[in-house]
Amino acid sequence: MDLFFFFLFALIAVIAAVNVVLQRQPIASALSLIGVMGSIAVLYLLLGAEFIAMAQIIVYAGAVMVLFVFVIMLLNASPEVRRGRSWTSQLLGVPALLALLGILCYFVQGQFANAGFVKFGNFTGGSAKSVGLALFTDYLLPFEVTSVLILIAIVGAIVLARKEMD
Amino acid sequence: MEFIVITLIKIAVIAFVLLTVLAYLQWVERKVIAHVQVRMGPSRVGPHGLLQPLADVIKLITKEGVMPPHVNSFFYLLAPFLAVFMALISISVIPFGTQLTVGPYTTWMQLTDVNVGILFILAISSMGVYGIALAGWSSNNKYALLGGLRSSAQMISYELPMSLAIASPLLLAGTLSLREIVNSQAGYNFGFLPKWAVFAGPFPQIFSFIIFMIAAFAETNRIPFDLPEAENELVAGFHVEYSSMTFASFFMAEYANMVTVCSIATLLFLGGWHPLWPVAYGSNFLAPLILFGAGAICIYHGLNPARPMDRYTLPVFGVVFFALAAVMLVPVLLPVLMPLFWFLAKTCFLLFVFVWIRATLPRFRYDQLMSFAWKGLFPAALLNLLITGFLVALTS
Repeated sequence: MDLFFFFLFALIAVIAAVNVVLQRQPIASALSLIGVMGSIAVLYLLLGAEFIAMAQIIVYAGAVMVLFVFVIMLLNASPEVRRGRSWTSQLLGVPALLALLGILCYFVQGQFANAGFVKFGNFTGGSAKSVGLALFTDYLLPFEVTSVLILIAIVGAIVLARKEMD
Repeated sequence: MEFIVITLIKIAVIAFVLLTVLAYLQWVERKVIAHVQVRMGPSRVGPHGLLQPLADVIKLITKEGVMPPHVNSFFYLLAPFLAVFMALISISVIPFGTQLTVGPYTTWMQLTDVNVGILFILAISSMGVYGIALAGWSSNNKYALLGGLRSSAQMISYELPMSLAIASPLLLAGTLSLREIVNSQAGYNFGFLPKWAVFAGPFPQIFSFIIFMIAAFAETNRIPFDLPEAENELVAGFHVEYSSMTFASFFMAEYANMVTVCSIATLLFLGGWHPLWPVAYGSNFLAPLILFGAGAICIYHGLNPARPMDRYTLPVFGVVFFALAAVMLVPVLLPVLMPLFWFLAKTCFLLFVFVWIRATLPRFRYDQLMSFAWKGLFPAALLNLLITGFLVALTS
């Protein structure tokens, strides 16, 4: 059952991800990206990390993508015009992609050579409690620094918007 | 196998009840608003207009669905589906009462208890905006686009105070599972004051309850925050190009969101199915008393009819109310019916508040709406969370 759902949602994630690139309508690309985020959340759920799955949906599929869709709708972006590709990209595109994939696989396997197979529902560090504890004990400094960084970004956005208005 | 059959039966019952409630919620809304405005409301189809929802449904199904030629057809059809799907699915984690035992089988009055239930509802409600935004965009109509944009901006803005308001009672409960949140509110302080989050120490959540309800009005696009469908500015807002069932599905989504939000408020702040005062002081007798009173009023008005039809219809309602009151007194059924009654009583009261406010308040202006969210509601919710967290940390 778990395996079936894993393959189903992994397939949906891959198809949606390819669709993000292939679609010419910007809003269709954005919606496909939401599909990718949602499927990845289901994969987290299958592994047993409910809190991370829900955070994935709330943050990525909810907040970030709403912003994307909002901007696309505000700009009223029209469908992209497909231009002819340069001969280098036509010739080297697929081989370069395969080479990158191969290198990634090589490094991942080298890094986790001794790791066993993933067991569905076995992950225990994904509850709200354990994530919260990790954030406020082991990763307190990075967490606080990140929040200051986000605050700076927010203030910066307001300053830039103000300058435009005056 | 047993589990699947029981779950399927529960899904069927909940879906049937929910869809009926959605249809009749509209009847209640029209009746209540009519009486606030000293009118009669729907009264032609069936006694007191009770068959009006059925007639509306038949009308909406049989009307021709018109698809304008200038719309983006895929997204145009996807949008109402998304809206209804996201609105209906969150009911699956809401507990309506305690355990129900039928013969050898025992089950909770809840489809599934997810241990991140409240986050699930937040996630689904944050996805709900896509239905409206897409409807506005794909209609290829300036009014619809403006409605969709307003709705997205409004939902993003009010999501923040809403989430912060939800976070404070979670600090008191210490869990994310809706069932356990309700169980943490059981019991009474000083023997009579219920430990609901709105009353509970160390910091009563009355402020976050108010903030949550205000944000809920904005999230469900209801008056006084119904800017996305402000008819005097935008014709009908995001659903101006929709007709027939696609139009009806937006209405269904709105009412389903209302029901969900009221249930969440009940579960988080008003103690779910726990009664207002202890059973020792006779809280079990409130339900039969209310139903008996309703029956008596119906019989009285049936005997002194204001309209000729009332002579026949009202006594029937009176007898039905008496029968329900008698059922509420059967001791065997009490453990099932009492939690259900208290949950429904609180949720229905909140739904009534929604309708009441629609009949009372005018609409905000758009800039007022935004500045209220960011300059008023958001700091208040933040402050409330801060104080709650501080006091919880001090006392625990």
